[in-house]
Amino acid sequence: MSTNLYSLIGLAAGVAFILALKGLSHPKTARRGNLIGAAGATVATLSVFLYVTPPRDGSAAHSLPLNHLWLILGAIAVGLIVGVPAARKVEMTQMPQLVALFNGVGGGAAALVAIVEYLHLGSGATTAEVIFTVFTVIVGCVSFSGSIITFMKLQELMTTRPVVFPGGRFVIAGTLVAVLGSAVWVVNALGTSPLMVLAVLSLLFGVLFVLPVGGADVPIVISLLNAFTGLTVAASGYVLSSTLLIIAGTLVGASGTILTRLMAEAMGRSLFGTLFGAFTAKPQEVSGSAEERPVRSGSADDVAILLNYARRVVIVPGFGLAVAQAQHTVRELADLMISKGIDVAYGIHPVAGRMPGHMNVLLAEANVPYDQLAEMDEVNPTFGQTDVAIVIGANDVVNPAAQDPRFSKCVAFSYRKFHSHRYFIHDTHGSRSAEYQCRQSLSSDDFWNARK
Amino acid sequence: MDAIAIISIFTLAVFVGFEVVSKVSSTLHTPLMSGANAIHGVILVGAIIVADHSQTNLELGLSLAAIILATINMVGGFVVTDRMLEMFKPKKDPVEKGGSK
Repeated sequence: MSTNLYSLIGLAAGVAFILALKGLSHPKTARRGNLIGAAGATVATLSVFLYVTPPRDGSAAHSLPLNHLWLILGAIAVGLIVGVPAARKVEMTQMPQLVALFNGVGGGAAALVAIVEYLHLGSGATTAEVIFTVFTVIVGCVSFSGSIITFMKLQELMTTRPVVFPGGRFVIAGTLVAVLGSAVWVVNALGTSPLMVLAVLSLLFGVLFVLPVGGADVPIVISLLNAFTGLTVAASGYVLSSTLLIIAGTLVGASGTILTRLMAEAMGRSLFGTLFGAFTAKPQEVSGSAEERPVRSGSADDVAILLNYARRVVIVPGFGLAVAQAQHTVRELADLMISKGIDVAYGIHPVAGRMPGHMNVLLAEANVPYDQLAEMDEVNPTFGQTDVAIVIGANDVVNPAAQDPRFSKCVAFSYRKFHSHRYFIHDTHGSRSAEYQCRQSLSSDDFWNARK
Repeated sequence: MDAIAIISIFTLAVFVGFEVVSKVSSTLHTPLMSGANAIHGVILVGAIIVADHSQTNLELGLSLAAIILATINMVGGFVVTDRMLEMFKPKKDPVEKGGSK
């Protein structure tokens, strides 16, 4: 294959990735977009087997096939055997962990590629190449170890709470200084051992960087590490003179940065606060006035009667719904209401579930059509015309404390609007205190505790 | 490749990346993150190139490890994203039999 053809295939794959991201912005085109991206990646991978990249040291490229061809194919087979079943079998509720893990191995791969290329080039590397290598090693290692920690947090292999130890910020700052110091050392000394020190320190920094981040903020960190890995891929594209890697890596880096910001905004948090919040956070006390409002408890039959006479119902789901595996039951209920001519919408908080947009995936799994999935901002103004709101496993999003930034950092459904509608059904599988807070939030007399 | 060409590609790709994602609805944040994640699995291409260039056992071992990791990232990422997106269906779809798989 000629060099030009090889480069053009790389360009086509780059365009496929742009189309993939573009397609992913709407449910109608998303699946096709993803398939275009997958096709681009496949073609790009195949093209590497048909073209020998000349080594950077100026020696002529050897003829086909690639050196170590069978070992390379064997390694790909191992990757397929590990990756595909993991992707096929994962529960939708465990999606954030898997994305974190895939991102981590990608970062690890980029760091390894940079290390190998560095070993290979030896003292023949230019300063620019060494700087890009150092960048790839640092960020790739941080992404790898950071993602492993986020995986362990989400999989509950370790505590999901922020891990803060005395003097933690000094340890982290010290590690960062050591990482940067060894980076300078690598650039000046050009040895193998400085690079290994750099890799180990970067891995350590990745762990320390993610430990203080609390459970709810972990998805934002995953997205940030995703963007990091993209940038490392772009940097290794420079070292390997591969346009495709530069395009793909930069796309992911840029889109990942925007996505991280959108997610942080949806959670009402600044990115800085998310990453460094644990160091400055003060214990938050919700000291609401203990004003009791009447609560009525009812059975499923009462709820059925209530729903039967409603014209518009909004369902507000939370991760508790998915944990209880109740999505299908809820969808059946919604279908039944729709068949009776009742207007049903799901009001979805941007970070419902364990990851931004996660709840949409969980409901889609239960065959809820995507045009019933309404974003919080769309559904909030319609609460005035809503007869019944059903809140399932989502105490936090309707919690009155959530509307006050001092108490909660979540953007809340505007539930002052709840006052105007007639019934508010809340399941009581949640904790007592959450139930209590919700009671306080309602001036309506018709607060029902529905037990399923 | 000269530095100016690389800087040009990089800069344009940054803007394309920003543009493409800036107006996405929060409904699809999870598949989008997962899809972008799969795209950087294309580091597999780089891993294969360095495996081809390897001269010592250390280089070969590290690059084969990189190939395994990159393949998991790329293939796993695209498969899981497809699984998620498969489930997003518009209204008026005939009632599915047997639920989702």
